[in-house]
Amino acid sequence: MLDDPKVSKILVEVRDLKMHFPIHAGVLKKRVGEVKAVDGISFDIYEGETLGLVGESGCGKSTVGRAILRLYDITEGSVKIDGIEIGHTPQPDLRTMRPTMQMVFQDPQASLNPRMSVSAIIGEPLDEHTKMSKTEKRAKVMDLMDQVGLNRDFANRYPHEFSGGQRQRIGIARALALNPKFIVCDEPIAALDVSIQAQVVNLLEDLQGEHGLTYLFISHDLSMVRHIADRVAVMYLGRVVELASREQLYAAPKHPYTQALLSAVPEPDPWIEDKIERVILQGDVPSPANPPKGCNFCTRCPQVMEICKTDEPPTFEIAPGHVTACHLYSATNTESVS
Amino acid sequence: MTDATAQTQAARPPRNQWWDVWDQFKTHKGAMAGLIFFIFIIAAVYLGPYLWKIDPTYIDIRARNKGPSLAHPFGADQLGRDILARMLKGGQTSISVGLTAMGLSLVLGTFVGVLAGYWKRLDGLLMRFTDLFLALPLLPLLLVIIMLFRDPLRAMFGLETGIFVLIVFVIGITSWMQTARIVRGDVLALKEREYVLAARSIGTPSRRVVLRHILPNIMSPIMVSATLGIANAIITESALSFLGLGFPPDFPTWGRLLFDAKDMIQQYPERVIWPGLAISLTVLAVNYIGDGLRDALDPRIRGR
Repeated sequence: MLDDPKVSKILVEVRDLKMHFPIHAGVLKKRVGEVKAVDGISFDIYEGETLGLVGESGCGKSTVGRAILRLYDITEGSVKIDGIEIGHTPQPDLRTMRPTMQMVFQDPQASLNPRMSVSAIIGEPLDEHTKMSKTEKRAKVMDLMDQVGLNRDFANRYPHEFSGGQRQRIGIARALALNPKFIVCDEPIAALDVSIQAQVVNLLEDLQGEHGLTYLFISHDLSMVRHIADRVAVMYLGRVVELASREQLYAAPKHPYTQALLSAVPEPDPWIEDKIERVILQGDVPSPANPPKGCNFCTRCPQVMEICKTDEPPTFEIAPGHVTACHLYSATNTESVS
Repeated sequence: MTDATAQTQAARPPRNQWWDVWDQFKTHKGAMAGLIFFIFIIAAVYLGPYLWKIDPTYIDIRARNKGPSLAHPFGADQLGRDILARMLKGGQTSISVGLTAMGLSLVLGTFVGVLAGYWKRLDGLLMRFTDLFLALPLLPLLLVIIMLFRDPLRAMFGLETGIFVLIVFVIGITSWMQTARIVRGDVLALKEREYVLAARSIGTPSRRVVLRHILPNIMSPIMVSATLGIANAIITESALSFLGLGFPPDFPTWGRLLFDAKDMIQQYPERVIWPGLAISLTVLAVNYIGDGLRDALDPRIRGR
């Protein structure tokens, strides 16, 4: 959507975000350690763009999304949305910020209260943040339902009467109700089947065009991220290992993990499919409660070096807008090594 | 729902959802029967004394231990008091004790359960408090409470109301623990659901999350404990009266009638049967109403 993201304004600025969940054990519930779900990540999201956040299950993608919206109390770091620091604001004070930032959830079944009608669900944000009269509110709800392509007749129905795709549309309408600037889409398509996924993604893109929305699009579906995202961040075990524009990332992935991840994308053409040399990673993801010393990926990296096992890699900007955290690029040459 | 109704709905502002609840409630035959019976009982015990004018405490010594007759359709007891009149008068007390004590224990239990389930900080404290109440030996506790508070309350509200308040209070505070535990368990499960998270991401304050999202979804277990609670309250009240801790001996309640009659159960079994039947039918009716209401309040069941 934006050819040169540098020009536009930074809407979301995340610096060194850490989200650690304590582990309690024993009779006295002593704190014996912590799950480092998100361990020091930084990125910017520019106004009007879509940042895709990909990674395997359990790498902390969803936690990042929720931590940015301060649905968790973050351990460390700073989150600035629209120029306002919200990283450590107490929850009650965040209320005024909530209309700016909204979320679309993964499971459309679980994210809608089964006891509320569709109009009540979509109208809830309006109840909380505006003083509209009943008729105004109803008109607004109808308008939102039109925008997401729901039949107005469905307003008085309940979530269980809808299909997955329709439920997700209800969730999107609710997120849109307060005219937010920034929406975190937490795997909004993971629970839908493929034909519906396309509809929902196209709807999200259309809405972005109409309202100038900014998305953080969390997904593990690399081809879908390629379709919707302007820039892509790849996460592994609580850290961002590579962040680049879509074209750069898919054409020339730099980090060994990104390379492995991209090589796992299935290819529809069987002729090409046979010829692909996949990078098969050995071993399992280490526990985020006990990540390896040095680079988090060093236990599985095909190109592991001695330094990886001792030193945490800093981030290197190897091309404009293309950053990766890997010791392979610590040499000054920014030309591709692999 | 047909297309025609859907279209008219969209044109008009939405129909009040309580009409949908009522429509669903009507389809539950047991609940309708229960409701009709319950209304009948209420009408009988509150309006009945205006039609059946015999004073329940009037002693007609010549009618002593008489069987059913036109003058005394349910017979007369060992002092010659009319059993029908005593049943009607006793029903007033029993039903109001049952309903208010159930209400009190429900409010207490739900309050404690929601606080403990939703706010982790209060959980340990409140649940240990609940355990404490569960572990208290009930009878000595009741004895002490009634000994301490009977006379001040009588002085404050008058003889009957004073005892009524005391009994309701005593039953209420000794029966909320089950509800609290059930509610806490359900709240613990519900608060992790995504729609609660969604409400928080909208900026809904915790108290409204509880009122709007948590409470409606724990309706079913609350409803079940409510219906069981009424039965429990009526029976506890009769036990208290039996021990001489409740209402005075000449003051009729259904429980009192049962206990008065139980000494002569072999000679006059009907005196046990009438109040027993009244208690069980009322409880049954309330149970069915609760069942129907629970179904009617759940939109997933509604319309089937």
